Amino acid sequence: MFEQLLNAALVILSLAMLGCLYRLLKGPSMPDRIAALDAIGINLLAVVAVLCVQYRTQTYMDTILVIGILTFIGTTAFARYMERGKVIEHGNDESAR
Amino acid sequence: MKALGELSIGLLILVGALFCLLSAFGLIRLPDVYLRSHAATKSATLGVLFVLFGVFLYFMFYLEHVSAKILLGIVFVFVTSPIAGHLNGRAAYRTGVPMWEKSVRDDYKDAVEVRERN
Repeated sequence: MFEQLLNAALVILSLAMLGCLYRLLKGPSMPDRIAALDAIGINLLAVVAVLCVQYRTQTYMDTILVIGILTFIGTTAFARYMERGKVIEHGNDESAR
Repeated sequence: MKALGELSIGLLILVGALFCLLSAFGLIRLPDVYLRSHAATKSATLGVLFVLFGVFLYFMFYLEHVSAKILLGIVFVFVTSPIAGHLNGRAAYRTGVPMWEKSVRDDYKDAVEVRERN
């Protein structure tokens, strides 16, 4: 029973990622695509967590953390790039506020 | 007893996955960027928190391993996902992505005008 529930969760998460993929390919504007990419990263984190239980291993737990951090950094960098045209700002110029 | 515990943990994980599916549905169906990012940020975060909490409970009760990494992942996702959504929405507004034509209120426009007048 438990295994079937885990398999159903994996299938549902894959469907959710497919929906996000649709928005990522179609999305009319750039922030749409970024939000979809963020959602895909978050869902991928959940998939890895379920795989952790299915294989009864602790090896993939580092992967969960790394995927979470990379998703956040990626979204932040994309948003800043869209807003100001650069990712890292040097000095405290007037336009940074 | 073990079967009952496994059943409830499996249901917890399944409910989390259903929340993720709901957020993907909102991401497809809602009409503009801001509403879509509302769906993608909030309910996907809640679903992932459910899944990670279920995994944490399984490892704690059945594999005798209290995983600090999963707890750290829960806290990290809980903290950073709203920040990413907020940054994305602000970038969308400042690059001039239009709102839905049936939107009734735009508070950020007033704030931007006040800042430009000063």
